[in-house]
Amino acid sequence: MTEESPKKSRLDPEPIARRDFLGLSALFAAASTLFFALLGMLKLPKTAVLSSPSKKFPVVLPDSLATGEAFIPQGRSVAVFRDEKGVYAISTICTHLGCVVKNNPEGFECPCHGSRFSVDGTVTKGPAPRPLPWLKVTRNGDKWLVDETTIVTPGTKAT
Amino acid sequence: MSTNTTNQNRSGLEKFWDNLRALPEYFRGTAFRTGVPNTDRTRSSFVFGNLFLHLHSVRTHLWSLKWSTTMGLGIITTAAFLITLITGVLLMFYYKPYPDVAYLSMKDIHFVVPTGRFIRNIHRWAANIMVVTVILHMARAFYTAAYRKPREFNWLMGIALLAITLAMSFTGYLLPWDQLAYWAITIGANIAQSPRELTDALGLTEYIDPGGLIRLLLLGSDNVGPEALIRFYLLHIMILPLILAMLMGVHFWRIRKDGGLARPVDAESRLGVLPTNTYPVFTQAPAKTYQLAAVVKGRTPLVGRGPESTVPSMPHLFYAELAVLMFTVFICVTLALISDAPLKELANPSVPENPAKAPWYFLGLQELVSFSAFMGGIGIPTIVMIGLGLIPFLDREENGTGEWFGGTGGLDVVKRATFIGLAVPIFIETIAISFGWIREWFPQTPQIIVTFINPATIITLAYALYSIYLVRRYNSTRAGALGLFTCFLCGFLVLTIIGTYFRGPNWVFYWSPLDWPKH
Ligand code: HEM
Ligand code: FES
Repeated sequence: MTEESPKKSRLDPEPIARRDFLGLSALFAAASTLFFALLGMLKLPKTAVLSSPSKKFPVVLPDSLATGEAFIPQGRSVAVFRDEKGVYAISTICTHLGCVVKNNPEGFECPCHGSRFSVDGTVTKGPAPRPLPWLKVTRNGDKWLVDETTIVTPGTKAT
Repeated sequence: MSTNTTNQNRSGLEKFWDNLRALPEYFRGTAFRTGVPNTDRTRSSFVFGNLFLHLHSVRTHLWSLKWSTTMGLGIITTAAFLITLITGVLLMFYYKPYPDVAYLSMKDIHFVVPTGRFIRNIHRWAANIMVVTVILHMARAFYTAAYRKPREFNWLMGIALLAITLAMSFTGYLLPWDQLAYWAITIGANIAQSPRELTDALGLTEYIDPGGLIRLLLLGSDNVGPEALIRFYLLHIMILPLILAMLMGVHFWRIRKDGGLARPVDAESRLGVLPTNTYPVFTQAPAKTYQLAAVVKGRTPLVGRGPESTVPSMPHLFYAELAVLMFTVFICVTLALISDAPLKELANPSVPENPAKAPWYFLGLQELVSFSAFMGGIGIPTIVMIGLGLIPFLDREENGTGEWFGGTGGLDVVKRATFIGLAVPIFIETIAISFGWIREWFPQTPQIIVTFINPATIITLAYALYSIYLVRRYNSTRAGALGLFTCFLCGFLVLTIIGTYFRGPNWVFYWSPLDWPKH
């Protein structure tokens, strides 16, 4: 208390030595506890198990299915095709913003922002950033198992 | 009773009887300590003695009460929020947040519940009005240069309020679980995921995937299902309204602490002769109510500005606010009687609505998104929000504060910028609509180029360059801000109109919905 700067008013507070070590470490402890507690709480809304139905499903293709004609399993966003080289599946979820694309003889067409894809899923027009993915198909007796979680290189066909 | 003079002499039963008779009077005394607000002093304590009213200061400057200062827009927004709050709670009596059941409960509300449709309509209209007026209110705060010192922080609060107001509308949009809702939210959730467009192009998605994480947190699953619905419901009825109410409290409190609404330095002389019911408080008022200011350190709100042109907030300000509230209620009720809130078919996850349109105020964004999901849905909105937030920090000029189109350049800049702001997006959209864009010209173009060079980014860049030009030409940051903000409003308008009226199935351009192909 040596400095003799004139006091401006009796209401000016006395200087307090706030930056004491204990005070600071207590503050730091409180802040980091709250921070990590918050981080921990974020684990709750991040689901570990997804509630959506199984991504692997069997398909029975009708005998009448022609080459290049799409078969859409009930309630799935997948188009299954058969040609002389084998069976393959292309996802019909638009890679732009997730609308379901419609199949037509020239390929696929998205109703939401007009992306177009060729018959093998390549983007030909519009904002879609990626081609439609080909999905893994395996044979299981007279059924075909489609696995929506596994993406294969375009052109892969199951026999 | 006349035999007894003092309370002591009265029997217990008589005292009880007296107390009972005095009850209403006595109760009023305990609740409202200050009596009828008919003097300057009681009017002041009427304000600061009340938890809700004391967000206002006890006296209001006449400049703030001028209709042209605010056009009541902030209060209309507040009123619309209160209306959505009340009607929203009523809707919660019947609404059930589970897929399909939700849709049925909306149908019940619409067709079975007494007044259900009416209440739902009011809710919908008030929400729409809130979005409109919050934007107009921001525009008025901007054009009257009210964001300047010491109101920078309150401008930021405003930006947060704008974002949350939009989020409230967006989360509410899913709740009916009809086709419109389902596909708008699917698109919205994928916009949240669109940072993937960038990480994919850079080959980083395997290592860090912020887009995927946001989407997972938002939907609680990998598709829009029961988890997503309950999350949106929780956000819509609980988390967002709480945050909104809290921020509104801060916003209002800050208005008071920033010294009332912004007004020109020479507001006093511009107001001219004061009305007969006002007088200088410090010299003649029976009791001044500013004593507390003496113990506050630093600048008090009124330092340097005489309170001469102020009037008591009770009744002048409160009656005006009440009138605006009643006006808003009237508008909402009228619109609710005229036009019903839409309800489409039940959500169908395998057939998108075509065209799948978000609520109208997001259609400008949807237009941008149709060029690039990431730039349109996240990149540019973020740039705009940051740009808006920086305005008070980059323009610190002082002339023209509190005046419409105040500051260097003024209305002149606004007129020029309106022209540029409308012309640029119309021109670029014309090109994109008539000739397509890069991918149609060069099919092999890598995605990263489409992401960064598309109509959305070009419009944004043009606006930014134009404002820099204005800063140089007028040698004033305010002129640049006026240009940028005006361009932003014009761009919003043009894109929203295109998205709303001129986009049909497959997001193809049509001059009128009558030309849409029938299916
Ligand atoms: C839920 C949204 C909002 C509500 C309820 C609200 C409410 C209000 C109210 C009641 C006022 C008093 C003056 C008036 O009525 O105009 C006000 C002033 C103000 N608001 Fe907002 N506001 C909101 C959003 C915003 C936004 C988006 C901005 C800008 C980004 C903003 C910036 C300001 C500023 C700077 C003032 C002070 C104006 C002045 O001093 O003249 N507010 N607000
Ligand atoms: S979702 Fe397919 S183009 Fe946008």
